[in-house]
This record gives sequence, structure tokens and C-alpha cells, in this order.
Amino acid sequence: MKSFLKSFTAMALALSFSGQAIAQVKEIGAGEGQVNIVAWAGYLERGETDPKFDWITKFEEASGCKVNVKTANTSDEMVALMNEGGFDLVTASGDASLRLIAGKRVQPINIDLVKSWSTIDDRLKDAPWHTVDGVHYGVPYMWGPNVLMYNTNVFKEAPKSWSVVFEETNLPDGKSNKGRVQAYDGPIHVADAANYLMAHKPDLGIKNPYELNEDQYKAALDLLRAQRTLVGRYWHDAMIQIDDFKNEGVVASGSWPFQVNLLQRDKQPIASVIPEEGVTGWADTTMMHVDSANPNCAYMWMEHSLASNLQSDLSVWFGANPAVPAACTDGRGMQTKEGCTTNGMDDFEKVKFWTTPTSKCATQGDKCVPYYRWVSDYIGVIGGR
Amino acid sequence: MTLTATHPAVPAILPPRGGLFGSLSDTLWRNPKLLLFLMLTPPLLWLGVVYLGALFALLLQSFFSIDEYSGLIDCRFTLKTYGELLQAANVDIIVRTVTMAAAVTVASAVVAFPIAYFAARYARGKWKVLFYLGVMLPLWSSYLVKIYAWKLILAKEGILTWLLAKLHLLGLLDAWLSLPVVGGNSLSVSFTGTFIVFVYVWLPFMILPIQAALERVPGNLVEASSDLGASPGQTFRNVLLPLALPGVVAGSIFTFSLTLGDYIIPQIIGTSRLFIGQAVYAHQGTAGNIPLAAAFTVVPIVVMGFYLWMARRMGAFDAL
Repeated sequence: MKSFLKSFTAMALALSFSGQAIAQVKEIGAGEGQVNIVAWAGYLERGETDPKFDWITKFEEASGCKVNVKTANTSDEMVALMNEGGFDLVTASGDASLRLIAGKRVQPINIDLVKSWSTIDDRLKDAPWHTVDGVHYGVPYMWGPNVLMYNTNVFKEAPKSWSVVFEETNLPDGKSNKGRVQAYDGPIHVADAANYLMAHKPDLGIKNPYELNEDQYKAALDLLRAQRTLVGRYWHDAMIQIDDFKNEGVVASGSWPFQVNLLQRDKQPIASVIPEEGVTGWADTTMMHVDSANPNCAYMWMEHSLASNLQSDLSVWFGANPAVPAACTDGRGMQTKEGCTTNGMDDFEKVKFWTTPTSKCATQGDKCVPYYRWVSDYIGVIGGR
Repeated sequence: MTLTATHPAVPAILPPRGGLFGSLSDTLWRNPKLLLFLMLTPPLLWLGVVYLGALFALLLQSFFSIDEYSGLIDCRFTLKTYGELLQAANVDIIVRTVTMAAAVTVASAVVAFPIAYFAARYARGKWKVLFYLGVMLPLWSSYLVKIYAWKLILAKEGILTWLLAKLHLLGLLDAWLSLPVVGGNSLSVSFTGTFIVFVYVWLPFMILPIQAALERVPGNLVEASSDLGASPGQTFRNVLLPLALPGVVAGSIFTFSLTLGDYIIPQIIGTSRLFIGQAVYAHQGTAGNIPLAAAFTVVPIVVMGFYLWMARRMGAFDAL
């Protein structure tokens, strides 16, 4: 479904030029009594998983809006649910958000009604994954980098480069990295390879790891084929990766701060770093359905998502970075300045945020390799082709 | 005659019972075909519309294609998707899955036969109960928990490695793991590991049909065979195995088709090289390439079609 993006992007451009204005909410009235939200697993906690992590109960008490959560596992599921309708809000990632805007499933947000808008990270306020033609289609929610996780017993000093997972080399303990590194089991990992080549083979002319022409794409695949000989198993599920770092002798891999936090809480010799080449990452946005039945509660939730303990506690829970920088330091929740630093708060510029590769691309003259080929070729690479 | 004459008040045919329920009951009793029709319609509708309908919708999807430029599904009849299915990387996936399914089936049969034989011939009373419990117990616990448990057993720093190290047999494991294809960095990241777990998980499905078949083999045939001077090996080959073969084939249908369709075990234990189920998941989920996913699902259907045809010829369904 992600490859639909291309056509929708084109449509979005056409629509935005035609100057159609979609009605947006002018003022917030009384709550409707409920709000229906599509969210990633772990994004909306009401203290049921762990009593310490609750950012819904207080909202329900204060606003009288009951929060109904529908959990989605993939961006495609989110788009499908929003297409079906019946929901008010969605926490969409970079690949789903533009599709939702282009498909006119979400409405522009009147940022004057979101009082805490000004507290949002300046780096996110006009981010291209929710702002089209100057119109805001959502409120930033969370973001995070895909870091390089490593075992501190093997690496006395943090590895400087992604080369430890891409090229066969001897690790500081004198043994080869063969069979001791992992890579992400998703086609988007091609972008990590492209990101590495961007720094190490500048003559390829890669400008953006999500926009690759045939030659650049081929170079990235060749790099991944070499990586296949080093990787025993690709990681897919965060918990399996955690287990592999504990029991399988894996010492370095691209990962999420989520796994790093869990392993560190478990007193494992694990740390993470953003290597010199930079990293890929994700950024999510709360967006509002075009036919939202509960717009007042929806606006109240958006304000709550920025102003309450949500930003702070969720960033601890998920190992992510709050969209409101103050949440790191002002003690509204459990997050601390150090915690945010671990999660990558200071490295925004080094993160190349996830977008769906399409054949239309600005940096390579609209001759890029689209996402569906990333999928089939990455399957081939893992299969040893 | 005299009896009816003395009791003229009892008519031969009772008058219809009044009331909705009574007349309904009478109608159904008088028209057994109507009753049959009413009872069979819901399950047949289920089978026809929901079950077969979904299958045909799937088959139909596999004849569509994905537009390379826009990524939209082109709903016109084409064989292009099947052409894609024959690309080297995809053929690899099919061959890998079918080979694994065949190996798992053979190994399950070899392991299951002695167990089933013991249960059918020697286990009595509480031992029989214990046997059933032992075979069924793993089926009652969660499939995922068992696989994760196996991941820990097979891990590089897991129980099995520890045990082998204590027995000074680690060299044996390393030698096996250094082999191409079946080897790997550790058992849990090799095809050997995937194979072991597959055999473990599907074994009950092989034991039970073999045991049922062995119980139907009359004991005196085996005795007659040895009376006539056949060695135990000959008795097994010429008497026991042919008579139990339908059970083995029936069990193999389970193990083969279950391995063919599984996408969870190879995702947790193995080399990350895809199996058919995982390929379907990847293509329909993240890539939106539903035609190719549908074409991939047709492969197990065709393979199983051949398999069942062969099984029928070997008499696996005679006992049904």
C-alpha cells in the first residue's frame, strides 16, 4: 500500500494548486463524551500495562471525553482504518501521514485552537510530513532515531561508524564481526545502506537515502549482499532482538532506543550511539479525520497530548523523543534531560526521517526506484541473491 | 379388528396439534427433506460463500497485476504476476519451503512411528492415558511460548550448547554448523534449528494418525508372519508398514501442509531467509503487492493438490 503514495502525492500537489480550502474547526465547544483514536501499540497507556504509565485517565476525568483506542500494527492498517471511517484521530508515521492528506482522509488543524502549539519543537512545527503547502494537517506527537546499539564489553569506546555492521572487520575484542551483528528485517533498511554510502562513496551522488536512482540503488543492494554474509539473523521483533543480544552473542546492530532502554534497565552491558554517517528515523503526528464525529474532544485531546505528562512519560515508555522539548526538563513526567539525550533529542539534524520511496523524486530527476521494488529485492538479498 | 372395534375413540391418524411449535414440528416430521434442507443450508452457505468465495477471490487477485509506476492494482487479467513468481529469488523461496516441508515430514514419520507402535501395541491402562497426555500436552500450551522456549534452548549461549560443552561434544556441533546450507552461526540461526522446531511442533499430528492405523492392524497377522519364518525386518516391511501406510500418509498431510503454510517459526528461528508464508505476509502487508501475495498462496494449494492426489492413490483416505 505504501507505493500508492506516489500517485497520491501527485494528486495532493494538484489539489493544493487548485486552491481548494477544506473547512476547519473554528472554535472548541463542549465535549461529545468520547474520542476514538487509532494508535501504535504502546502509544496510549491508561496504566493497565504498568500503573506508572498513564496519560489517559486524567484526560478523561478533566474533559469528560472517554478515550477509545484502536491499536494498529502497520502504517497500512492505519490508512485502511482511517479510510473506513468512524475514528477521530490517528498517530500517523511519516509514510502514512502524506497518504492520508493526499487521500483527503484528514482535515487541516486550526493551530490557534491548540493552545500549546507554541511549545512544540521548532524543528517539527512545519515538518513536511504533516504540512502541505503551508497548511498543518496534524500535531506532532513523537519522534525517534534508529541508533547503533552495541555491547560495551566488546566496544570499550563507542563505534564511530556504521561500518561495523556493513563491512567485515575485526571488532575491538580481536574477533571478526561475522555472525555477531544484525540488521533490520524490513526493506526500509536499504535506506540505511544508502545513508552509509552517502558518506563513504560520495561519487555515487546520493542526496537523500529515500531517493535512489538505479545505479545508487544497485550499489546499496551490493552493500547489503555483503552484509548478508555477516548477519546470522535479521531482526524483526524488538523482543527477539533483545534476546539475541542476551543469548545469541550479537554485539552490534541498528536498533531503536526502546530496546536500548529495556536492555539497560535489565543491567546488560549495552549502549547506543549515533554514528558519524547519521541515522534514519521516524516521526509521528496526531491527525484528525475529515468526518470526525467528536471534533471538540479531538481538539481537547490534541491539546492534552502536548500539555500533559503524556509527552514526558511516553518518551520514557517508548524510548522516543517528545515533540515538546520542555517535557524533557520541566518535571511534568518522569523524563529527564539525560533521558532525552539518550533517546537522541539533540541529534535531530542527523536523522533522515522515514518517507516512502517513490519513482518521483526531486534529487534524481524523477528516476528513482519505487518502494515495491525495495520490498522484492530486499527479500532476494536476505535469501542470498 | 376387534381391538379397534372395542376402542373406537382412538383414530388411526391423530389430528394436527395446535400451536405454532406443534404445527412446525408436524411439518418437519412429514417432510424430512425440508428438515434436511433447513439444517444443511447454513453450513453450506458458510462453505460456499465464506470459504470457497474467499478462495476464489484470492485466485482472482493473482491474475491481476501491480502497476510499476503508480503502485496501483491493475484489475485486468494478466499472467504477469505469475511471471514474477518465477523470478529466481521467488523460486528460491518456493524450493526452500517445499524442501523443508518434505524433510520435516520424513523426520516426523521416522520419529513418530516407534512412539505410535509402542502406544498401540504395548501401552495399557494408565500408560495409555499417560501416552495420550504426553502427546497432547504440547498442543494445549501456546504455540508461541513453545517456539520462544526453543529459541532459548538452541541459542548460542543456550542450554544445548552448555550441555554439549559439558559433554565435550562442542566440536561436533561446530562441525555441523560449519556445513553450508544447514549450518549457521548457531543452531537458532540455522535451518537445522528451524527443522528441529518444525518437527517438534508438528509431531503430535503425525503420531495420532499412525497410532490409529496401527491399532487397526490385527496382531495375529504379525504373529503369523513370524510363524512363517519372516525376520522382524521382513515383517515390518511386508506386513506392518503396508497396513499402517494410510496412517503415515494421513499424518504426512498434516505435517507437510502445516510446514508449507507456517510463517511464525521461520521468523523466530532460522536464517531470516523467507518461507512462502512470510513472503505472502511481506508482499500483502508492507508492499501492497496483493497480486503477488495471492500468486504465492496459490503455490501451496497446487503443491497440496498434487500431494493429496498421490495420497489418495496410496490409500490414505480408504479408512475415512
